[in-house]
Amino acid sequence: MTDEPSGFPYAPAPESTAIVNISSSYGIFIDGAFVEPADAPRFKTINPATEEVLSEVCQAGAPEVAAAVAAARRAHDEVWSAMSGAERGKYVYRLARLLQERARELAVLESMDNGKPIRESRDVDLPLAAAHFFYHAGWADKLDHAGLGRDPRSLGVAAQIIPWNFPLLMLAWKVAPALATGNTVVLKPAETTPLTALAFAELCQQADLPPGVVNIVTGDGRTGQLLAECEGVDKVAFTGSTEVGKQIQRSLAGTRRRLTLELGGKAANIIFDDAPLDEAVEGIVNGIYFNQGHVCCAGSRLLVQESIVEDLLVRLRRRLQTLRVGDPLDKNTDVGAINSAAQLERIVALAESGDAEGAQRWSAPCTLPDRGFWFPPTIFTSVSTAHRIAREEIFGPVLSVLTFRTPDEAVEKANNTPYGLSAGIWTEKGSRILWMASRLRAGVVWANTFNQFDPASPFGGYGESGFGREGGRAGLAAYLQEASS
Amino acid sequence: MIGTPVGLDQLHSALKGLAGVDEVGAASRAAMLGTRSIKASSKARAIDLAIAMVDLTTLEGMDTPGKVRALCAKAMRPDPGDPGTPAVAAVCIYGDLVATAREAVGDALHVAAVATAFPSGRASMAVKLLETEQAVAAGADEIDMVIDRGAFLAGDYVRVFEEISAVKNACGSARLKVILETGELKTLDNVRRASWLAMLAGADFIKTSTGKVTPAATPTVTLVMLEAVRDFALVHGRKVGVKAAGGIRTSKDAIKYLVLVNETVGNDWLNPDLFRFGASTLLNDLLLQRQRMLSGHYSGPNYVTID
Repeated sequence: MTDEPSGFPYAPAPESTAIVNISSSYGIFIDGAFVEPADAPRFKTINPATEEVLSEVCQAGAPEVAAAVAAARRAHDEVWSAMSGAERGKYVYRLARLLQERARELAVLESMDNGKPIRESRDVDLPLAAAHFFYHAGWADKLDHAGLGRDPRSLGVAAQIIPWNFPLLMLAWKVAPALATGNTVVLKPAETTPLTALAFAELCQQADLPPGVVNIVTGDGRTGQLLAECEGVDKVAFTGSTEVGKQIQRSLAGTRRRLTLELGGKAANIIFDDAPLDEAVEGIVNGIYFNQGHVCCAGSRLLVQESIVEDLLVRLRRRLQTLRVGDPLDKNTDVGAINSAAQLERIVALAESGDAEGAQRWSAPCTLPDRGFWFPPTIFTSVSTAHRIAREEIFGPVLSVLTFRTPDEAVEKANNTPYGLSAGIWTEKGSRILWMASRLRAGVVWANTFNQFDPASPFGGYGESGFGREGGRAGLAAYLQEASS
Repeated sequence: MIGTPVGLDQLHSALKGLAGVDEVGAASRAAMLGTRSIKASSKARAIDLAIAMVDLTTLEGMDTPGKVRALCAKAMRPDPGDPGTPAVAAVCIYGDLVATAREAVGDALHVAAVATAFPSGRASMAVKLLETEQAVAAGADEIDMVIDRGAFLAGDYVRVFEEISAVKNACGSARLKVILETGELKTLDNVRRASWLAMLAGADFIKTSTGKVTPAATPTVTLVMLEAVRDFALVHGRKVGVKAAGGIRTSKDAIKYLVLVNETVGNDWLNPDLFRFGASTLLNDLLLQRQRMLSGHYSGPNYVTID
């Protein structure tokens, strides 16, 4: 914001980090205890806003992964799958309550390790993570009514590999349904954001969860690959890039392991001339600048009806100038740090391809901190469907603006992508919302809103955005085998 | 957005042509801005600004000259123990007490009179105009009129427009605040249309509520009105003020409104010429918070004056 002396500058309002207790190093969590692998290499996890080292974690190798899967197998066969749904539900409820009780601590930790604004980890990530546990806890003793036949059975051991954009929330999306349905899990958090998953391991101890039901192994993609390919795994659930998703699918071909993939996206956010404009501007901002654009379902392609594009861009640029970019732990920050140097490099490279291909770049004027990884909220106009920035997932705070003339053209352009995770429609005309929604090839279609999540609502994609659903009844099916009637 | 000039025959279609307001989206934007954390120097500045924006109000059947004189004394020196405390913007009273108020405040403050058969607005045009003229003649330099909500809801926008124009005319040099009574307009689409209607008809301020209807001012309604004055200034080059009135009782609430102003219309509106609070009890909470920030500890209700 430009703050003249006569204005209303907001004094720094930093959230205290005193509540967080980070160990200087972490082992891996197997069979209910942290173990220190003798010769596993270690790597550092840093705060992307300051480049400060937060802690050291293990690069789990084949022996550690095998031990974790074996612990999960034992726990599944001997304890967890044999337990009544009502009993399992009690544990899942307990985890939900612990997430709420320790919400402030976990929110601060998430912002430190990930770089996302504390407002977001506090108001979105933590409440939603707890909501996922509460929702699925309720299902634990009602699986007979999930539409999957009488007494549907758990699959066994689930290998779960999650990304760095919503570390704890993605953990919740994976762990909560798996536990409620009687599966046990080995979870691998992303290498840049392992800390909240390790804190969750402590929560499992606090909740007296039977040993082996939840195991957490840290490491980079190599650990993920070992985990996905490990004998004894019955199901692989992966959220991350399409490229890695394809690798996993290849390596699982011919095995009996089940797979669900939640991959990339290049969502169209479609604004008609009769849209509620002020709220549409908020929806665009929430669609692409929320979580620094590190959102697989981000509304990264803005499709605007040509007749209103100038008016809309004036409003959008004005709004972007009020975004507060900076210290993720300041309670008034809207846009935080890019998660890693590597991701920043990728965003910079794609933005440069936009310049090179002839699109017009505009960034909100803002002072970025000297240390850490930052990218200002950016809009590209004069983008055509052939540009890389209109086709490839940038996974950063970069919006590509395209125009359309008719509803048919909007549908055609929106669907002209190998992805198909989400889409947004903005119009005050209800019939057009329904007409569009039935034609858009996307797993989630939002009308007059964007980036809304609820554990009861299934989430997942078409095409290169993956398959399988998370959340709702459809999400339960991904962790159960239908009873043979 | 509506350009100039609008013929009265086109008024209806022009107002219907305004972009709609999505109620859920507007409410969530207002709620998000309510989470801003305003501390230390920002809070001190916000409290002084809020005090200077108060239209200190008494609008009761039992108002007397004595009550109004006491209100005026409080308005001019809100905290007798601290002469550094800013005066409020105006006193807001019924028309028959204008002379008393003007005598008490001299030129130090604005005197705002409610007029046009406040709060219901149910009287003939002649009565409304006479009431306005008498208040101005008695010394009011601001008139808070109510719109005819019945006519608005019946779709008779021209009648509402003509009434506002006529009252504006009767105001002479006094500034006109137009009360939309958003609690009776119900939808945010109506709030947006009524805001534009009032501005096109010559309002200097648009005001949320009389304070006699629940809900009175809300952050969401105020957000929509701020968007309207922002867009109106862009098209017509004239800055119209906003007055949030009724139901704002705590410093915390007042600061949330200032954040709304700051992040919707910006600095230009952060002064008493373009943003006001219509309130009675708010002032004392602002004073208590101000004392707390200066002394470092809370006092109590007996450390601020009751009028």
